[in-house]
Amino acid sequence: MNLQSWLAIAASAVTAATPLVYAALGELVAERAGVLNLGVEGMMLAGAMIGFAVAVSSGNLALAFLAAAAAGALIALLFGVLTLSLQTHQVATGLAVTLFGVGLSGFAGRRFVGLPVAPLHVLRVPWLADLPVLGPLLFRYDALVYLSVALCALVAWFLRRTHAGLRLRAVGEAPDVAHALGESVTRIRYLAVLFGGATSGIAGAYLSTAVTPMWVEGMSAGRGWIALALVVFGTWKPWRVFAGAYLFGTVTVLQLYAQGLGVHVPSEFLSMLPYVATILVLVVICRDARTILLNQPASLGRTFHPSD
Amino acid sequence: MRSLERMSWPWRLERRVKPSATMRLASSPIAIGAMLVTGFVALRAIGINPVAAFRVFFIEPVSSLYGIGELLLKATPLMLCALGLAPGYRANVWNIGSEGQFTIGAIAGGGVGLYLGPAIGRWAVPAILVAGVLGGAAWAAIPAYLRARFRASEIFVSLMLVYIAQLLLSYMVHGPWRDPAGQNFPQSPPLPDNAVLNPLFEGMRVNIGFLLGLVLAGLSWWFGRATAAGFRMRVGGLAPAAAAYAGISERANLWLAMLIGGGAAGLAGICEVAGPIGQLQPSISPGYGFAAIIVAFVGRLHPFGIVLASLLMSALYLGGESAQVELQISASVTGLFQGMLLFFLLAAELLIHYRVLRVSPMTRVGGPA
Repeated sequence: MNLQSWLAIAASAVTAATPLVYAALGELVAERAGVLNLGVEGMMLAGAMIGFAVAVSSGNLALAFLAAAAAGALIALLFGVLTLSLQTHQVATGLAVTLFGVGLSGFAGRRFVGLPVAPLHVLRVPWLADLPVLGPLLFRYDALVYLSVALCALVAWFLRRTHAGLRLRAVGEAPDVAHALGESVTRIRYLAVLFGGATSGIAGAYLSTAVTPMWVEGMSAGRGWIALALVVFGTWKPWRVFAGAYLFGTVTVLQLYAQGLGVHVPSEFLSMLPYVATILVLVVICRDARTILLNQPASLGRTFHPSD
Repeated sequence: MRSLERMSWPWRLERRVKPSATMRLASSPIAIGAMLVTGFVALRAIGINPVAAFRVFFIEPVSSLYGIGELLLKATPLMLCALGLAPGYRANVWNIGSEGQFTIGAIAGGGVGLYLGPAIGRWAVPAILVAGVLGGAAWAAIPAYLRARFRASEIFVSLMLVYIAQLLLSYMVHGPWRDPAGQNFPQSPPLPDNAVLNPLFEGMRVNIGFLLGLVLAGLSWWFGRATAAGFRMRVGGLAPAAAAYAGISERANLWLAMLIGGGAAGLAGICEVAGPIGQLQPSISPGYGFAAIIVAFVGRLHPFGIVLASLLMSALYLGGESAQVELQISASVTGLFQGMLLFFLLAAELLIHYRVLRVSPMTRVGGPA
């Protein structure tokens, strides 16, 4: 293994991490408002399918990502109507969203299986991209990678430093109090859920246009669930979630390169790594009850109805 | 800031003093009706004659004796998995990894059948069934232990274990258990004759698994109503604080729920492999373990409701296959219908706990709503 191949591994780890960053940040915002949306996998698949379909038919990737965000948000709206307006159980509804997203994307995406798509192209940052080592490591990615860093900074700033972010957190911690103070809990939760849907859709489209530029039924392969686990792993804090996504990106990619590195383990066992890692990480984080107690939004997963 | 409800809805929700018993029974039929109506409209919209499509989807598959056998056959794994999930869901234990426990049950039972089957004669069938149950239960014990010991959410752990189980099965049939006479197909040798579940009737494929499902439904009805453990689980789900105060162990409920769910799913897995499939292969389930989640809810977590719901869901699978052949629409339309059904069902549950009141336009515009 020379430097070149290590740099290539690092670059593909970033590509593998980026969809997790988008999906997990969106879910983080929803959870900070007190809503547990287990439908990330379904929203991602909807985004992956719509994004791919629009990219293939229009050739315009910007349009593809917009459409994917809209598709994710639309499914999130369905989740919102059920859990926020109709008071359904959040866990059950989230599962329904995932099953629905898998079915819908498989059904509607049948025509697009096996079609080629022009992948997201790489932006070389002028001058910096030509630096030795740092150039390939930091400055030769597509726009969505840079935007994901910006999004993380934005979410962190929004939650910590803005009045609106404070209101969102208040709704997540104590919806009754927020309601008594005149906040519309339902409305704030709707917005948070829609944001989560849009970023999950973007995460999906990134999978089908950048990570593996194609559409296959169920192609997210559990990444939506890993993103959900990352929010716990990152103890509901944006930058920690971001770091977690990069950790998982690295695990995913190392697994692909392991055989090249001379590790002779059947490929199935290597493919298990991200899933095993998710379980281990959850165990490590949840072991100390205080970590969860101090960080988890207090009303997470509970429905709220103004008349109760 | 005006609330969303007040901005647009002419209706308002009011919590009922007591959950409505009528609505408890009516919510599933309402949801099924809504699914059918939506399907009708959707088919029309994409230019397919809905009446003909409904015939293809719901009538043709069950218009022969063989078809009815298939209906029962496909209902079997759904019923078994869902019956295993229901006590957990009632006790607030969210095992969503049925599909993985199903897979491990199939591997464990299949392994016993392949390697011990010829040696144990007529004990082979009970042996593989027990191995299936134990395999599924062992796989479910992992999330149970990790939640009991480390508070790791059983939702994520059980789901991650689905992918791990599927990869393990893929490894087994590509590697150590591959049939040397199988022309390099990734599949195990067929199970020996004394380790397969024979059809119950001539001309159908449904096997003893269906009867086991019915027995399990009866048992779980009895367990929920007449045993102290069943009562403790219900209380644990309905009122965790009261349960803790009364000395009901949350941990015991968790373990019981996970082991029941895993064992039932494992049994379903081995019944598929020793029944209609006959050998281990990379794909042994079209998502029965996930569809069982829907079955459990559509059956309102009641054993007999689940039996009916599994028949309905089985009909959706058969319909999807028949639609693929005759209407050239993708079989994933089944997943679409399943997801839709669960949405409608969850929405219909609202009617149990809330009353929908019509707000007159006057109060909406003028006074405080």
